[in-house]
Amino acid sequence: MDGGMIATTDTLVRFTGVQKTYDGEHLVVKSLDLDIRKGEFLTLLGPSGSGKTTTLMMLAGFEVPTHGEIFIGDRPIKNMPPHKRDIGMVFQNYALFPHLTIEENVAFPLSVRGVPKAEVKERVKAALDMIKLGNLANRRPGQLSGGQQQRVALARALVFNPALVLMDEPLGALDKRLREHMQLEIKRLHETMGLTVVYVTHDQGEALTMSDRIAVFNDGIVQQIDRPDALYERPVNSFVANFIGENNVLSGVVENIEQGWARVALDAGGSVVAQAVNIGGAGNRTSLSLRPERVAIETGDSGDSSMNRLPATLTDLIYLGDHTLAVLNTPANPEFMVKLPAGSYAGLVPGQDVYIAFRPEDCRALDPV
Amino acid sequence: MTAAFVAGADVPLKRRLKRAERARQFRALGLVLPLLAFLLFTFVVPLAGMIWKSADDWEVPQVMPQTVAALKQWNGQGLPDEAAFAALAADIRTAREAGTLAVAAKRLNYIINGYRTTLLSTGRKLKEQPAPGTAKDTLIGIAPAWGERESWTAIKSASGPVTSYYLLAAVDLTRNADGAIVAAPPDQAIYRDVFIRTFTIGFGVTALCLILGFPVAYLLANLPTGRSNLLMIFVLLPFWTSLLVRTCAWIVILQSEGIVNGSLQWLGVIDEPLRLIYNRFGVYMAMTHVLLPFMILPLYSVMRGISPAYMRAAASLGAPPTTAFLRIYLPQTIPGIGAGCLLVFILAIGYYITPALVGGAADQMISSFIAFYTTETVNWGLASALGAVLLLSTLVLALVYGKLALGRQTTGGLKN
Repeated sequence: MDGGMIATTDTLVRFTGVQKTYDGEHLVVKSLDLDIRKGEFLTLLGPSGSGKTTTLMMLAGFEVPTHGEIFIGDRPIKNMPPHKRDIGMVFQNYALFPHLTIEENVAFPLSVRGVPKAEVKERVKAALDMIKLGNLANRRPGQLSGGQQQRVALARALVFNPALVLMDEPLGALDKRLREHMQLEIKRLHETMGLTVVYVTHDQGEALTMSDRIAVFNDGIVQQIDRPDALYERPVNSFVANFIGENNVLSGVVENIEQGWARVALDAGGSVVAQAVNIGGAGNRTSLSLRPERVAIETGDSGDSSMNRLPATLTDLIYLGDHTLAVLNTPANPEFMVKLPAGSYAGLVPGQDVYIAFRPEDCRALDPV
Repeated sequence: MTAAFVAGADVPLKRRLKRAERARQFRALGLVLPLLAFLLFTFVVPLAGMIWKSADDWEVPQVMPQTVAALKQWNGQGLPDEAAFAALAADIRTAREAGTLAVAAKRLNYIINGYRTTLLSTGRKLKEQPAPGTAKDTLIGIAPAWGERESWTAIKSASGPVTSYYLLAAVDLTRNADGAIVAAPPDQAIYRDVFIRTFTIGFGVTALCLILGFPVAYLLANLPTGRSNLLMIFVLLPFWTSLLVRTCAWIVILQSEGIVNGSLQWLGVIDEPLRLIYNRFGVYMAMTHVLLPFMILPLYSVMRGISPAYMRAAASLGAPPTTAFLRIYLPQTIPGIGAGCLLVFILAIGYYITPALVGGAADQMISSFIAFYTTETVNWGLASALGAVLLLSTLVLALVYGKLALGRQTTGGLKN
């Protein structure tokens, strides 16, 4: 892959202080500073209206930032029209040209660039072989299944070797099995071709599966940008903790902070020790974040004083194959969830009084919800 | 495998399906039946009647049955025999008493100018049936035209039951005394020019509507709903006033003392009023205005279905706006362009009131002539023939469009 205008630095795209408003009153993107590294798979993840798609559209050139600048390499591109940006894009609904055949669709970016006919033919063939649809070259998009159309859209966005590939919820219209299959296929293309991909989705599973890094958007702001495992294990605020994966919330007030450990008095009574991550000083409110698989259920007092321990009543056991979900009623949270590994819930019955136990390092004190 | 054990499997599946569907089909038929009946009586029957009238040749066989019978044996060379003259004399006397002679005279006058006078004066002067053997001399004595072969070939050619005379006349052709198809004399050869003029105006109006309507349809399809609804009201506004009112409004605007000329003179742009009406300019102006919605609406409906994602996709793939428009947007609007053009063109070539009101004598279209022959001279044959030629050319155009549209058909790729 030739990168065209890739700068010598590791950063391919840089957003500096980018803001965007449509109505002049309310900022859709509040203040965006974001570096996209060459060769990485970066996912913009967030609920609808969080500004992730607007960010992608500004990068593609379909929206102009109200303030700030975007660089590709060292070139500012704020005022560069989309067709000059050399960015391949895959759209949510594929946007394959219905009046052209598959072959003509894939050849389009090459022919508008004035690539010689013989070379176009060769590269289109290679692109179609790459997505294993060479036999459908003369069909029209309407005669293809959703998955096939998506692969053609991919081939079309990659055939001209763009410096950057943008994907706007490309798998949203596919059914679950096909979506999972396509996730792996896109991931494979990213790795074998050394692409730089910016991928927009609201599906956190998809983001965790595919990404090198994930930028979590909410309310026009990047809440956290990190590797998938770091994002899940070490969320920096309550939004990220709640948005990525399952999360148990316990509310309380900080009593004191000592060397990164906070003692928190729960509103419902009792106190626990947690990692101080995103809290003010003593006396401030906080929401504790606990992953369901980091909590154990104890039927009696094990006496391990390094663990936090809270009384609870088991209300339900839900069998989910690879694990069992226990729903507990604690004074602090009436729907506290614990994931038990398969086969480890022997002896538990709904209605039973138990304890939930967790290590302080698995409990993160974050901003109050 | 299991199908074989299903009850009733001895009846073929197709038959069973048909049986199951029958009630539904009957209900559907019942729903469209009133419209079908309406169309049959208001469209199919008059159309068939018109086509029949363009070839029907009833006047001479009905008024002069004996002559027609007598001329059956005549080979068209020289003059017919005495029996034919006698038959003619008998027919003329009968017809004159019955008062139907003028009907045949009118029909024969189409073929030879002055035939009417010959026949009617013969009728007046022929007091009684000539004695056997003298009919020829008597008739030639009354009118020398009966001694000319053409007078007789005219009767023979008009002796029905069908004639190609009207259809040939509609395209400026006629048959000579020998029955060969030749060009019509210059004073009767006007219809080709009128057809060419009709199609020229039709194409011109269609082109103007397309040029003016395309951007409007694009705007309509791409504006936010609120504003596009407002614009749509403006597009549909002409439909809320009658055609006659709209055309008369153009007369008020474009006439010598009208608003346009008045304003231009007041601004000092022109000294003399421009001639904007009662000429081809006025016809184009008024017809384009009237027909514009018929172009905009089909274009709009097609453009509405074209997702903006296509243009974005084209831009992201490196196409500059012009290339993206020409290669991606325009081809997708072709069904709309085709439908709009066909609609406007077919309506335009049938226009009658507008050219009659805002056009000059040299701007009258074929419909004016059809109206003239039906209401003024009551020449149903020629009126029908002109209508049939117009219908035929329209059908040919529609077929060409159908072929083109079918060849370009797209299956659509967006799954929205």
